[in-house]
Amino acid sequence: MREFGYQRAYDVSGAVALLDGDGEARFLGGGTNLVDLMKTGVERPARLVDVRDLPLDHIEPTGDGGLRIGATVTNSDLAAHPEVRRRYPALAQAVLAGASGQLRNMATVGGNLLQRTRCGYFADVTSACNKRNPGSGCPAITGEHHNHAILGASDHCVATHPSDMGVALAAFDAVVSYETADGPGELPLADFYLPVGETPHLETALPPGALITGVTLPPTPVAANSRYRKVRERASYAFAIGSIAAALDVEDGAVRDVRLAFGAVASRPWRARAAERALLGAPADAENFAAAADAELAHAKPLPHNGYKVTLMRNLVVAVLSELAEEATR
Amino acid sequence: MPPSTSSDLTLSVNGEKYTLTVDHRTTLLDALRERLDLTGTKKGCDQGQCGACTVLVDGRRAVSCLQLAVAAEGREITTIEGVAEGDQLHPVQQAFLDLDGFQCGYCTPGQICSAIALIEEHAAGWPSAATDDLRPEAGPPPLTPGEIRERMSGNLCRCGAYVSIVQAVARAAEAKGAAA
Repeated sequence: MREFGYQRAYDVSGAVALLDGDGEARFLGGGTNLVDLMKTGVERPARLVDVRDLPLDHIEPTGDGGLRIGATVTNSDLAAHPEVRRRYPALAQAVLAGASGQLRNMATVGGNLLQRTRCGYFADVTSACNKRNPGSGCPAITGEHHNHAILGASDHCVATHPSDMGVALAAFDAVVSYETADGPGELPLADFYLPVGETPHLETALPPGALITGVTLPPTPVAANSRYRKVRERASYAFAIGSIAAALDVEDGAVRDVRLAFGAVASRPWRARAAERALLGAPADAENFAAAADAELAHAKPLPHNGYKVTLMRNLVVAVLSELAEEATR
Repeated sequence: MPPSTSSDLTLSVNGEKYTLTVDHRTTLLDALRERLDLTGTKKGCDQGQCGACTVLVDGRRAVSCLQLAVAAEGREITTIEGVAEGDQLHPVQQAFLDLDGFQCGYCTPGQICSAIALIEEHAAGWPSAATDDLRPEAGPPPLTPGEIRERMSGNLCRCGAYVSIVQAVARAAEAKGAAA
């Protein structure tokens, strides 16, 4: 591991000032991803600014009925929060579906959004990887890619974003707040992650040196009837091969409101807007749920070894929406 | 001037203060084992995947292999050496002994620290991925074998002693009135 300097920040402006836009410095949250990547040499910061002591570890209601989640709230505290469990249950389920009890105690909301892909070629510094070493190539496209992207990828990178939490945040139109030396800013989660295109190494729209300060969930009544389902290769403590965050409101047998987002299928949490559009006002039945899934997945470009994800996501949409429809009308 | 790559710091471990100088690259795991001679905490994968290095940080379980020692200053660390009351074993330790919750024993300190925290998390009402009803009004779910397995999934046991580990955690939780 490269040697590095360490500083601890105690307030937001102090943290931004300490980082000072230095491209070789990184903010340190829980460290569950960054420290791991530093050990393998994927990340080689010259300096860390520890932000765990910032006063951003609160979850508070907003004036309009939403929730504001501080950037240093741990995954554990987020999932255990009564208002999250009551009003956004899919978010609590998504967080609980990720990692282990130990890691959820350490990991923070801000770090979760900025965690890197678990693509094996990205993690292996002896391998080519356009995300880690721009222009070096993407061995996954012709190699091991059974858990890579089917949506929104490019000829330059087919890696997926590993977050479970982010999938629920995408479904619920979360907005990311950040602070820079020039003042605060906001990015809807829908615009937070950049399209892959020819620049997979550029992952977010955050300005250089920006510190994530929190995530705001707008009031979303439909979210009270929501669910996160994760499919993985073992029963617990594994990354998804496909996941879904869904919320559904049904009136007189028709879809009044719906939210759908997919995980483990793209370089970012994938909001399934085409499926949502197909469902609004339609009868809430399995046939329409399948048609909506097909509308979303019509643009899928599976690779030779991950075509199963198209079927998996279609089945997840039908299964989870059918369950939510039954519960909504019970 | 390049930033200093080491720091003088004080670590609070099992109620005792230790003053040492660490290279910033030192993990809490390596500081405990190599600098403080507290070798009860084990190094397994060293990448946050096996749980052998689990300790309590401010009362919450964490993997010490991904925790930088310098970032642990100001926090209260509890290791397996600090869970007993003198000669009186912690109820989780006693349950692992009584029910053979191990074979080779290498993962055991991490399993025990994890189980101690699990019982506290459950008592505080934290749900898990195995919890059917997440609503806070539903209260803590019964600590069934399925709940215990999910909540202990961050601790691997290559000997496969899981059956008795689950029984030991259930018995220790029972003493607190939590098991199903």
